[in-house]
Amino acid sequence: MAPPSSRRSGFSKKQQYSVFTGYLLATLGALVGLGLLAISLWQPSVFQPLRGAAGDAASPVGQATATARAGGNNTWDTLTGYWNAGSQNAELRREVEIARIRLAEAQAVETENRRLKALLGLADEAVEPIVSARLVGSSASSARRFAYIGVGKSDGVTVGMPVHSERGVIGRVLETARASSRVLLLTDSESVLPVRRASDQTVAFAEGRGDGLVRIRLINLGLNPLEIGDVFVTSGAGGYYRPGVAVAVLNEKTSDGGIARLIAEPSATNYISVEPIYEPLAVEASGVREQDELTEAELGE
Amino acid sequence: MRDRLATPTQRRAYGRGGINRVTSPWRANTVPYASILLGSLLPIWVLADVMPVVPPLGFLIFLSWRVMRPGLFPLWVGVPLGAFDDLFSGQPFGSAILLWSLTMIALELIETRFPWRGFWQDWFTASLAIILYICAAMVVSGATVTVFMAAAAVPQILFSVLLYPLFARLIAWLDKFRLSRSRRIG
Repeated sequence: MAPPSSRRSGFSKKQQYSVFTGYLLATLGALVGLGLLAISLWQPSVFQPLRGAAGDAASPVGQATATARAGGNNTWDTLTGYWNAGSQNAELRREVEIARIRLAEAQAVETENRRLKALLGLADEAVEPIVSARLVGSSASSARRFAYIGVGKSDGVTVGMPVHSERGVIGRVLETARASSRVLLLTDSESVLPVRRASDQTVAFAEGRGDGLVRIRLINLGLNPLEIGDVFVTSGAGGYYRPGVAVAVLNEKTSDGGIARLIAEPSATNYISVEPIYEPLAVEASGVREQDELTEAELGE
Repeated sequence: MRDRLATPTQRRAYGRGGINRVTSPWRANTVPYASILLGSLLPIWVLADVMPVVPPLGFLIFLSWRVMRPGLFPLWVGVPLGAFDDLFSGQPFGSAILLWSLTMIALELIETRFPWRGFWQDWFTASLAIILYICAAMVVSGATVTVFMAAAAVPQILFSVLLYPLFARLIAWLDKFRLSRSRRIG
């Protein structure tokens, strides 16, 4: 196909200038983009209000697609149930799976209790979730793994709150807007979560790999005590997540830990609950201040 | 350089009806932009928790329009369209502005170098643009790129490249709709 003849500037000075201006503007646009990109990589929260407003606008439609997705999941489950042994099969399987997770969690709670009782008579009260919601969407075309939920500041959600499904941890609130929030999923490559083995006190970090699996990195190196099939639960270190919530099952052993599969898949859950930060004081203490030097006033004290 | 709206040959080709019909300028000027904005918006409603599964629809539609109708967009159009895409894509703000602007410049240069082209060459150019775009977007996404992340992007890249001919058809259909003689005069 030949290019349309109208696209040749020829000897017309006006057309030549317009071509030149086009290139100039496009280059300027690219430079503006580069500048904005540098700013948002350096200070990720600068453009948060813009993104938040966009998320607020998009989340009502997301509610509808989430409902449709839940319906689709259910239909699929029923179909596979018939394929195996009838529609209740899928239901039972899910129940057994949750029971297995609960068993592992109970084991974790037991060890936790034993340890606490050994320390002191500390009472552990039940955590009330801040709000329940649906996952309304995700960054499906990007290399990052974010999800969006249809609740925000107006529902009491703040940055850093853990997000759980009925099966286990899903992620952590990263940004909040008026009526929507962005959640960093555990599968994102920048997500790190302190965990421990449910059956004992082996502590590790669960780091997202960016391809759907998490890498379990043991803190105490040496002989790798892990076994395939080990369940990992949150350890409560860092202060964000309450201890004893299911996270992942070990899939493969490596020299410094292993590769694990997540227990709570965001795409398979209907409802999630946003829980308060477990120990706000610990989070505050671990944060780095903007200026980590003592001021004159502090020195004078 | 931008095309004029309806050249006389186009006026005869698009749509039946009486001789008192012309292309509606409103429709002709909004359809491409609306389709790109919708493409940017759609992936947000898909729940992908494991790896990127949806091709960058906004970029694909933008690219298809650019390849199919070279004179349609001004060269700087990557800035506003990219900014809208950045709001929903999960990428740091500015990444699509930069990459879409670079795409516009690169395609313009390729076109001045190879003015005659056909479908296969278009597909090749588009595939190159898609591969470079997805890789570049991964690099600037703010995450440290690992082998696993790159491997997880391979299906998305393949999918996007294979989807291009389908999008070319879709854009051709939209173009027909865009230029159809719908406005009554006289």
